Amino acid sequence: MNNQVDVSRHRHAVEFADGVYWIGALDPTLRTFDIILSTANGTSYNSYLVKGSEGVAVIDTVKENFSEEFFARLESEVDYSDIKYIVLNHLEPDHTGALPELMKRAPQAKLYISQRAISMLKALLKPASEVIEKNFDYTTVNTGDSIGLGDRTLSFLHTPFLHWPDTQCTYLEEEAVLFSGDVFGCHYCDKRLFNDLVGDFRFSFDYYYAHIMRPFKNHVMDALKLIEPLKIKQIAPTHGPILRERPRRYVTHYRELSTSSLSREIVNDDKTLIIFYMSSYGNTARMAEEISEGASEFDSVRVSLYDLEGGETDPFVDLIEEADALLFGSPTINGDAVKPVWDLLSSLVVINLKGKLGGAFGSFGWSGEAVRMIEDRMRGLKMKIPQEGLRVKLIPDEDELETCRLFGRQIARKLTGKKEDKGVIDFADLG
Amino acid sequence: MAKGKITFEDIDQTVNVPAGTRIIEVSEKIGAGIIYGCREGDCGTCITHVTEGWNNLTEPSVLEEKVLKENMASRHDRLACQAQVLGDCKVKPA
Repeated sequence: MNNQVDVSRHRHAVEFADGVYWIGALDPTLRTFDIILSTANGTSYNSYLVKGSEGVAVIDTVKENFSEEFFARLESEVDYSDIKYIVLNHLEPDHTGALPELMKRAPQAKLYISQRAISMLKALLKPASEVIEKNFDYTTVNTGDSIGLGDRTLSFLHTPFLHWPDTQCTYLEEEAVLFSGDVFGCHYCDKRLFNDLVGDFRFSFDYYYAHIMRPFKNHVMDALKLIEPLKIKQIAPTHGPILRERPRRYVTHYRELSTSSLSREIVNDDKTLIIFYMSSYGNTARMAEEISEGASEFDSVRVSLYDLEGGETDPFVDLIEEADALLFGSPTINGDAVKPVWDLLSSLVVINLKGKLGGAFGSFGWSGEAVRMIEDRMRGLKMKIPQEGLRVKLIPDEDELETCRLFGRQIARKLTGKKEDKGVIDFADLG
Repeated sequence: MAKGKITFEDIDQTVNVPAGTRIIEVSEKIGAGIIYGCREGDCGTCITHVTEGWNNLTEPSVLEEKVLKENMASRHDRLACQAQVLGDCKVKPA
């Protein structure tokens, strides 16, 4: 193996397995990726070339403004007329920017994509529609499908939602290389290219997972079922170092990151309910305590109570990710819920909330809009709001505190799946 | 006025609705687990499985058929933002 790799000094393809080359580009000055991700030392756009006895496959391309570097590396090894296949594991523009130009230069190449990628492919090629034949040739592939390059076989793994609906992985059987797309990738730019040569990229790897893959943990688990049985000598992702030294540990690490840590603590099928609140005069806090009391009457529901005033967002996001139900309590100030509530509710994009139960409550002085606004936000986050929020004017009296306990009992009952006789309701009666 | 009964199996709730009501109009109000994206039949996020009463929904349009196909929807899946209730049916998130 080459221990003196420095891909910034040349524009050649870099061979890292027999007939398998890196033909990507480095982007060391990038500091923010996709608006939301910090990239403290830039990123790379990895593209790969596989040579077989009967042709060549290009796997993914690069961001458009790095096309020149990509084409130079490609041309250093093959002629465009040799390219038989273009495999697209993921159609985000940072991997398909050079695609239209590549299709012009290698018009004979057939495209291989996942079923979900069709509409995105067509959208990507819209600006180039004058030069690319309208009915260009693409084939959709699924797990179990493969294509041959004579002495080489590329097989496909259907791994959707990592992190787009279109994502897939491609496996080169003869060399045991997994071209994983964004899976096992990270924004870490290093001219030494390989995980055993580059600097310490552990933070970048985990940060990338936390922001890109974390909302799709269940899909990660599904993908791992396909990936783990493979013999893997190297993992070639679309960003960051090529993982050639002990690649298996990154697979194991993905499983660890995707496994619920709470499930190791919680016994049986207990459910978890978290109540977050803010309170200015102690009234919303009082409601929170009584709701907690009510919910705690159910043995199989674990209730946690948190005052947002005493916490930080990130650990709360971790808690929310694993909770089964969430209640938010906020007073109404100037017709709105208070800022810490919004801060937390606007920090949940990195986790999957679909199907969690939600609810809102709060004491108010005059108008009390906060509860409805929080509910709307929770619906926007794809949570279920099984019962209408609870509002109390100023100081809760004993009856109202009992209503709070009832509110807690109801959400706990929903969580435990104990059915009530709901009957048939009429559409006209719905608010 | 013609009516239909739509049952959301995930929350075990049945609602009487006027014929022609879109599934989305009901499911959002009662908090069923169907999720929505564009709400205009384009993104495929709200794919819903019809477990009973397939014929008691309006026929899918050509565009809806296309989106269902692109999203590899299974047989008897519909877009909740497009399908209108005509009679009794049961649905659950796909």
